[in-house]
Amino acid sequence: MRSDVQNQVLSIIAREALRAPEDLRNEMTLDELGLDSLGLVEVIFAIEETFDVSVPFNANDPAAAQFDISSVGAIIAAVEKLISGDTPSAAVA
Amino acid sequence: MRRVVITGAGTINALAEGVAATHRAMAEGRCGIGPLNFPDADRLNIRIGAQIRGFAPQDRFDLSKLALYDAFTQYALVSADEAMAQAGLEAAPDPARWGVILGTAGGGHTTANDAYRAVYADGKNRVHPFTVPKLMANAAPAHLSIRYGLQGPGFSVTTACASSNHAIGLAFQMVRAGLADGMLTGGSEAMLNFGGLKAWEGLRVMSPDGCRPFSADRNGMVQGEGAGVFVIETLEGALARGAAPLAEIAGFAMNSDAGDIVMPDRDSAARAIVGALADAEMAPEEVGYINAHGTGTAANDRIETAAIRQVFGARAEAVPVSATKSMHGHCIGGTGAVELLACLMALREGVLAPTLGYGTPDPECDLDYVPNTARRGVSVGAVLSNAFAFGGSNAVLALRAI
Repeated sequence: MRSDVQNQVLSIIAREALRAPEDLRNEMTLDELGLDSLGLVEVIFAIEETFDVSVPFNANDPAAAQFDISSVGAIIAAVEKLISGDTPSAAVA
Repeated sequence: MRRVVITGAGTINALAEGVAATHRAMAEGRCGIGPLNFPDADRLNIRIGAQIRGFAPQDRFDLSKLALYDAFTQYALVSADEAMAQAGLEAAPDPARWGVILGTAGGGHTTANDAYRAVYADGKNRVHPFTVPKLMANAAPAHLSIRYGLQGPGFSVTTACASSNHAIGLAFQMVRAGLADGMLTGGSEAMLNFGGLKAWEGLRVMSPDGCRPFSADRNGMVQGEGAGVFVIETLEGALARGAAPLAEIAGFAMNSDAGDIVMPDRDSAARAIVGALADAEMAPEEVGYINAHGTGTAANDRIETAAIRQVFGARAEAVPVSATKSMHGHCIGGTGAVELLACLMALREGVLAPTLGYGTPDPECDLDYVPNTARRGVSVGAVLSNAFAFGGSNAVLALRAI
């Protein structure tokens, strides 16, 4: 069973990628899903609005952000971590 | 075709008010970026910018007129006064043959921000009666036309970060083609307010800690504000009335990526540079300085470098390229006008403004960026000024010493 958080993140990514949530698998990358940099920024915005969190992410340097966007599963894990309060605030995003 | 020269220049920006003081700041490598100061700035994630400080509009304008001037109009007026004085003009010499074309992206953005705050946040049911004439994007050129009696063409152009270059390029083309004899041109921007910064913050391209163009550790752009205004006219007209030309506008080219709405495109940028050189009948070997678009974003700086390499080939490394946004911030629709001042400094004083914040070389940005310290005693006969905007709108100016 997937948790509510997992389902919500999946539906956010699916909506941006114009796919059905059940078509998404954890190992898929955003590239594979056809999401470009603007699509990614929309995903992050939707995550912030849905979970009332700030995501530390700067499009100029995604690698340095403490928010792993390398795959669908990584994003779900990053959101779960963010909600649990393990990730520093986005003030330095 | 008629030759077109600049006979006056004026500015206000985060470095200074006035061209001489701005040139001094650029030559000293001063940085105008600091903590932002306006209502609700504490609610921003990005809290730095190149904000104009110490400007007191109530001491500069009649209070009856000030009620009609958004900050972007105020900056344009202050800059135009300086440019007109340098050109030795109090008013248009031949009103119907002189006009004004300015660039702006946000127009009266602060006026709109204040009005929205009043009705949405403060729950008020009315806004200031001059809200519309203050916020309209053509307010600045309109007030310049009123002040100096410019009765020829007068309008704003808006192409985001390329607005000023498009404005100057259009004004140049009109004077060269004989559609006007003189123009006030340049651009103005005043978007440093809570709503404006929130919008930029949302795109995730802003740096939280500084503008470091072309440096490997760059992490985004830093917003600025300000204006640059120039008096341009035919060489013949300038000489006839005894005005001293500061530089010649030799060529201009503009095009569109027709691709992505925010990602720049190397081939298209290169095509704009080649177009400006061709329009000016300027050999690449003539170019002694390029004022880069150089925003400090990962994408722009890498792609702009590749475009310059594509045009200049092996000689690219011999052409100094600097990004003065590292000093005055990204003045968006006004930025090309402020950056043209660095071009004038190169052509007239032989001083190349530096790229501040340059630390670690990036293998994909491998040109001579005049890092951190200005270069003096350089003989520069011709320059280019690049602008590659969101929307894929590109505009490149080519100038020659005179």
